[in-house]
Order: sequence, then C-alpha cells, then structure tokens
Amino acid sequence: METTGKIVGVNGNMITVAFDAAVAQNEVGYACLEQGGTTQRLMSEIVRIRGRLADMQVFEDTRDVQIGDVVSFSGNLLSAELGPGLLKQIYDGLQNPLPQLAAQCGFFLQRGTYLDALDRDAQWMFTPAAKSGDRLTAGETLGTVPEGIFQHRIMVPFAMSGVYTVKSLAPAGPYTVTQEVAVLADADGHDHSVTMLQRWPVKLPITCFAERLKPVDTMTTRIRSVDTFFPVALGGTYCIPGPFGAGKTVLQQITSRYADVDIVVLAACGERAGEVVETLREFPKLPDPRTGKTLMDRTVIICNTSSMPVASREASVYTAVTIASYYRQMGLNVLMLADSTSRWAQALRELSGRLEEIPGEEAFPAYLESLIANFYERAGLVRLKDGSTGSVTIGGTVSPAGGNFDEPVTQSTLKVVGAFHGLSRARSDARRFPAIDPLDSWSKYQSVIDKERVEALRSILRRGNDVAQMMKVVGEEGTSIQDFIVYLKGELLDAVYLQQNAFNDVDAATPAKRQQEMFGVIEKAMLADYPFAKKDTARKFFQNMAQAFIDWNQTPADAPEYASRRDAIMQTTEEASRHA
Amino acid sequence: MHKVYHTIDNLSGSIITLRAEGVKYRELAQVTSRAGTSLAQVIKLSGDTVTLQVFAGARGIATDGKVRFLGHPMRVHFSDSLLGRAFTGSGSPRDKGPVLTDNLIEIGTPSVNPAKRIIPRNMVRTNIPMIDVFNSLVESQKLPVFARAGEPYNPLLARIALQAEVDIIILGGMGLKYDDYLSFRDTLDESGALSRTVMFVHTASDPIVECMLVPDIALSTAEQFALQGKKVLVLLTDMTSFADALKEIAITMEQIPSNRGYPGDLYSQLASRYEKAVDFDTAGSITILAVTTMPGDDVTHPVPDNTGYITEGQFYLRNGRIEPFGSLSRLKQHVNKDTREDHRTIMDAMIKLYSAFKETQEKQSMGFRMTDWDEKLLKYGMRFEREMMDLSVNIPLEKALDLGWQILADCFNPDETGIPSKLINTFWPKK
Repeated sequence: METTGKIVGVNGNMITVAFDAAVAQNEVGYACLEQGGTTQRLMSEIVRIRGRLADMQVFEDTRDVQIGDVVSFSGNLLSAELGPGLLKQIYDGLQNPLPQLAAQCGFFLQRGTYLDALDRDAQWMFTPAAKSGDRLTAGETLGTVPEGIFQHRIMVPFAMSGVYTVKSLAPAGPYTVTQEVAVLADADGHDHSVTMLQRWPVKLPITCFAERLKPVDTMTTRIRSVDTFFPVALGGTYCIPGPFGAGKTVLQQITSRYADVDIVVLAACGERAGEVVETLREFPKLPDPRTGKTLMDRTVIICNTSSMPVASREASVYTAVTIASYYRQMGLNVLMLADSTSRWAQALRELSGRLEEIPGEEAFPAYLESLIANFYERAGLVRLKDGSTGSVTIGGTVSPAGGNFDEPVTQSTLKVVGAFHGLSRARSDARRFPAIDPLDSWSKYQSVIDKERVEALRSILRRGNDVAQMMKVVGEEGTSIQDFIVYLKGELLDAVYLQQNAFNDVDAATPAKRQQEMFGVIEKAMLADYPFAKKDTARKFFQNMAQAFIDWNQTPADAPEYASRRDAIMQTTEEASRHA
Repeated sequence: MHKVYHTIDNLSGSIITLRAEGVKYRELAQVTSRAGTSLAQVIKLSGDTVTLQVFAGARGIATDGKVRFLGHPMRVHFSDSLLGRAFTGSGSPRDKGPVLTDNLIEIGTPSVNPAKRIIPRNMVRTNIPMIDVFNSLVESQKLPVFARAGEPYNPLLARIALQAEVDIIILGGMGLKYDDYLSFRDTLDESGALSRTVMFVHTASDPIVECMLVPDIALSTAEQFALQGKKVLVLLTDMTSFADALKEIAITMEQIPSNRGYPGDLYSQLASRYEKAVDFDTAGSITILAVTTMPGDDVTHPVPDNTGYITEGQFYLRNGRIEPFGSLSRLKQHVNKDTREDHRTIMDAMIKLYSAFKETQEKQSMGFRMTDWDEKLLKYGMRFEREMMDLSVNIPLEKALDLGWQILADCFNPDETGIPSKLINTFWPKK
C-alpha cells in the first residue's frame, strides 16, 4: 500500500502535509487535486520533515489546492531516466519532453501533465558486448546501441552495488528501452532483470568509475580570449559572472557551438525563454564543425525558463548534470553549461524563505555555499573501469545583483571553480566583446599557448591599462611617448585579439591552430620597439595596424589573401621598428 | 450556496485572516463591511486559518465583516467590447461604460511552452534613430525603459505606441498620476488610436493590491487578443510601483526580505509577467514595453537590476535622450542583418567613436590640451548628439543610416573609423 498524507497548509508553492507512515527526505509525492471530475496530480518533493508534518515544494502552480487534499508518496527520490534517446531532446527541469508536451497540450504548459522522458516505442539495435558468466559491477558495459554518431553503452545500472554475474544476454537485435536485455545474478544468487532504461536520483553524483584524474587538456572554444588567456580544461569547471547585457548568454551560445567536446548539455535555468528558442530552432540546422552532422545531434537541452515553476528550476541543473555524467560513463567528453546558476540560487532562496529558515547573507540560505561546491564537484575527468577516460566540464554563468561580484553566489562559486571569466560592464558598454575582463579574470588550466608568452602579453595589457588610468589624470601631453606606445599596444591587443566579432562567420570562431599563428603575429607586434617621435604618428600607425588585423581576422584561412595579409602585417611591424 | 463567514480574526495592512473551511488556494472572496464591498484573494492556507488579501485595502473592515468565498480564482471579461474602454486594477470600469460580466477568462495563467515559441523576425519601426539604428525593437520583445522619475518616459511610450504598426494597444498603468492617465488617453484619442486600445489603470490613489493585479489583467487580455491572431503591444508603466506593491504585501505578510526589503521571489514575479511576451507560431504576438523608474537613478537597485536580467535589453532614458551606452536590444541581430548590409557596421562604428568622444570630453573638462584627433572626436560627438540622439529626430531607418555615413565622412578619414574596407568602398560618401 502506498503511503499517503493530507494537506494541512498552503503557502505559495509550499504545501504542508500530515502523513501516516514512513516517508523520506527528498521523496517525491503527488498532490491529488480533484477538479471537475478529473484528478490532477501535482508533483512535489519533501524538503523538510517535522514530527508528523512534511513540508513539500510543489513543482507546479498551487492554485485551487485545498486543505484536506490527498498527497500520495512515491517512495522514490527525484530521479532522471537514463538510456538511449536522450540526445536531441528538449526537456523541462523535471525531464518532461517539451515538444511532446506541446503536441499534447498546445501553446501553454499544463500543470500535472508528466510524460516519459524516453520514447517507449523507439527501437534500438542492441549488440551485446559482455558474455554470459562475466562478473561485472555497476557502470560496466553489457552491450552497445548506436545513438547518432555515438556507441551508446548499455551498462550495469549505477544503483546496483556489488559484483554481478551475467546470467544471460539478449541476442543482437532491436529492443525498446523497457525490454529486458540482460539478466544479472547477485552474490546471493538472486536474478535481476536489466533493461536499457535506468533511473538515477539527480541530486546524487554518479561515481561508478575507477578514479578521478586531474584535468589537463585544454577544451578549445575558439574564443581567443578564453583559449589563449583564460583556458578551460576538459573535466574542469569555470564560471562567467557578469551584469546583465554583458554577453553571458551569447558567450555560452558560442561555446556550445564550437567547444571541442562530444556532447553538450545545456541547462537554461530560470533565464529567458527566447534565448533557448534560438538554440532549439537553430541547432537542428547548424553543422557540427567536428562531425558534419547537425549540432542538435550532440546536444541535450534542459529548459526551465524564468516563468516556469521555481521548484523545477532548482531540479533542472541537477537533471542536466546527471545526464552529463551518464554520457561520461561512455568515455565521452561532455560539456554542461548552466545559465544561470544565480537563478538556481534564487530558487533555493525562495524555498528557504517559505520554510522560514534563518537567512544568511542577502537572505540566501546558509547552506548555499556547500550546495554550489557540491554541484561543481560533479565535474571532472575520470578513468572508467575499462580504462578509457571521460569528462564532464561545467561552465556556469552567474548573474550577480547589480553586477557586483561581492555577493554570495559569485563568491561561493569563485572558491570552487578552476577558471573565472569575469564580464565587465565597462567593456560591454564600449562594445568590446567578448566582454571578458582581461585584467581581473584568471584560469588555473593549460592554455593553447605557452604560459610565459601569454604572461608577457598580459603584462603589456596591464601596463597599458595603468597608463590609461594615469592619462586620465595627467592627460596625453603629460604622458611620455614610451608610455603612450605601451598604451597603444595594449589597445591594439585588445582590439584585434581579445575582441571577436560574433556576427562575422570567420572572426567568430578561431580554431586553436589559427590562434597560435595569430598569437605569433601579434606577439611580434607587441614586443617590437617602435622609435616613434610623435604621438600622432604612433596613433596613426596603430590605427592602421588594427585595420590590417581586422581585415585579416575576417579572411577565411583558405582564401588566397590570407597569407598576404598576414605577411603585410609582419612587414609593417618590422619596418616601423627599424625606421623612424 | 456559498457559506458566509462573520468573524475576521486579524487585520493588518490589506491582509485579513479568518477561520473557514473548504477554501481553495488563490480563490476569490467577497468582503462586505461598513466600508463597502471589496474582492479579496486567498494567499495562504494553514489548517483552517485562511489569509486573504483585500483588493480595496482593509481600512474600515470590521471584525464582524461578512466574507463570502466565490469558489473560483480571479477572472476578467474578455471580448472586443473591451476596446476603447478603461478599467481599474480589479477590472471594474473607470470610464462611464457598462460593467462587463460575461465571457470570463482566468488571469495569471501558465506560461507558454518554450518548444512552441519561434525566433522573433519582424522589426518594429519607430522612426527614432536611437532605436531603429542602434537598438532595433522587435515584435514579441520585452523591453523596459529605465529612467529617473521626471524623465519623459510616458510620452515616449505613447509615441512608440502610435508609430508602431500594431493591431491592439493595451496600457497597464501602475501608480500612475491621474494627469498621466488623462494625457495617455488624450494622446491616443487625438490620433484615433483609442478605439484599438484597452486601458487598465491603477492610479496612485487607488488601493495597493489593485496595482499588483494590473500586469496580470493586462497581459491575460493581451494573450487572448494574440491568440486571435492580433499583434498586441502592451505598455506597462511603471513596473517599479508594481514591485513596491509586492514589497508592501510581503512585508505585511512578515516574509523575510532579501534585498532592500523586496521579497526573495521578486525575480520570479517579474519574470512570470514579462515572459508573457511571445510570438505565436500560428497566431499573433505580444510585445511588451515597460517603464521601470530607477530610484536614485541607480541601476543596481533591485527592481531595475532584476528587470534587466529578465528583459531582452533595455533603453536608458537620460536627460530626455535614449543613451547609447547601456541601452541594448538583445533581439536586434535577428532583424538588423536583413535591413541593409551597412546597418550593423554603422551601429558599431558610431558607438565606438561616440565612446571615444566621451573620453575626450572628460579630458577636455579637466583642461587637457586637445590633439587633432580629439578635435575630430569633439566635432563628431556634437553632431551625433544633435542629429541622431535627440528624441525629436523622426526619420526612417534608411535615412538615418545615410545620415550616419555623412556624419562620419564629415568628421573622419575612412581608416580612422575601424570600418572594414569593403564597406568603405561602397558606402563612404564621395566628396
């Protein structure tokens, strides 16, 4: 018999339920709402238990809920369905497929409608990989099915602990996700039927791998200021805090297109619906630069936008990271982008407020920091039990109130990430995109260029900025020509290397090889000595250089002018440093 | 049929509590007392204690006041007979027209499935260069105007409403001065647009709860028109009053405030309204232009700050001009690629140079010597402000782009502008 309870209080999306038998923290229950002869079941999760009363957050609008309505508990924690067919999907925070929901309910989301995350009718060509008699543990491969360009591994379900003996395996052929593909016997000789579908509680990390490794290799994004100056490693974590309008989302969209990974999981968490729509309408048309298929073939979108229920916003980042970790178990490199983690934190704040917990800074709950740390710790490069490696890289945007980084979410995030791409309002106002602040940002990962060379140019940027600050006080005439040239060098580096025109097809994405070539050219221009006597001559020279660089940046690498434009820049540098 | 309750236990601000049974969350009730009759909405249930928010405020409600629950949530009338009419925040007529009680729709309904949205594609031409050239307004966009109190934001809204090609205009006024309401009405009337306008206006002297209802009523009405295939423009002014009403209620409810007294769910509250902006695949659209006044001209104040994260850009109105810095239309790239090939370049180049002009101006004000380059920038900046930024400029996009090239050519050499050579060759005005 299932456990039930009765509603004794309603406050916003929080209900208080008196229950009669054992329930668990974070257990999922359904509030049953009688309306016009039909019953609507509203999914809820227990967030606190006090005596015989459980506080539950409802993942839906609570309109029309009454005192005395029945809640039936499911006995399960909030879980994600894992199996072939996740790729190309668009889910809400509770893993309801949105297109199917639209087909059923029309324009508007209808509460209480829950659909299967994975298509129950689709058939997948299963090829067994294990043999009868093999002794396996959770996460080891039983067989594979092709999913798009990937070999999707069907594994021993992650929730099964201990060693199992393969008793029988289904022969190669088409199966649906709910058909039995293997029977495993545990140590006591009990049989367990295994299908291609497994469920995993989203708030727990998946740990069925051999060991965690240190992230080393750069995950190239084709954004010059990221790859060269503030790189991200495969299996690493990074955050992008910035005020509104600084280009966080555009930066993530570009990353999701060009990042050198196998699979991208996008969590649009509490942000604008319009931005997700761009992704979901364009990705099916855009070619994946790595495989030639469409970008959608390697993407999973979890979309819980700002006007969708707050509680499922909190669930959405966990659903996303669970799916990302699932594909990591197949030896793939997965990038998970969360936009924005602040909205997730705000969902926690709303919940905490309704629970009347003692508030921490800016009314965020005191446990915010440990939740953020736990979340980012789910990234990582791992060696799987079969010796191959897989990674989950997590990039989260942060939307600090007032653009001030001294707020709890930004600060808690900075403590636990490996790279910080701080966006600045000053840069975005001046249309200097990407607006990653070259002075404040940092990264602990390996760049596509040697560290010393990058540092040399960064120091020019820093000195150029110092001169610019000084010039504001003493004016141009009070600045020596040497300092003035440093300032112009910094401006040039910024204009032609750090800044990228996202709307120009060529300039928008610079592959690592081209970055290395470009870096060589700009480095030469930066380190050269220019014996200019007059500031106007110097300014003129650097303006011309910028023009030449921009023309080169917008030239495709296979165009005939490519080499000549590059050589022209090098020659100009050389001549100017020799003469005058 | 509906039971009437006669005992009210607590009264505080516009919140009352009483004991009642069989009440649904968000249900509507009628509260009758010496002060008159008002609607109220259930905002909390705890055991048999029901908390109600009284639309007209609790002033004058007696402890023996009558409360009758109506069994349904807030609903308003919807039909074409709304056009040309004005209502209060609770949906009763503000003009002398009849009360409309049939054909009711619920307000504050669920959001649109993101999978049913489409990428916005139509530019809304306003003939204001600072909008058309630099930050194009797009159908289905939600865009606030950030301004200090006292800036001419309401006339700007009215002007955009009149010049934009839309089928229906819906005005949601919150905390509006009575004079402002009248001038909106007169402006719309004079241009003959009143017959395609519906107004839901809460004036500063009306009860605070009605202020909170205005966006929901206005947007639910807009949604119905849009579903009929109409292009709807919703004007909301001023959303800061709405947020302040939320704050007032939250504090009365003894909720823990998060930032400057505003409730922790301010973001979600604002978002659920703004996100009603939509372009339906097979029907009409809703475009939202809202005013958010910035207390103390401070954009980091919680209301403009949260708004900026929700909306698709913002216009800063300062000293009667739309500021190029900070103002942003996030959807412009969907439409400005198809207008004219030089549109984006002019947009970027002119702003970069204007930003350089601002730096020079700062230098000048500190008394530094001006170089030749500075002189050029100064000349450019003055012309840009006079010929582009001024709100009285009323020219179509193409004329504005030509004007942009002309100003650049009058002030600079081509290679000083950072414009790719290809476009210089085509568009640079020949002397």
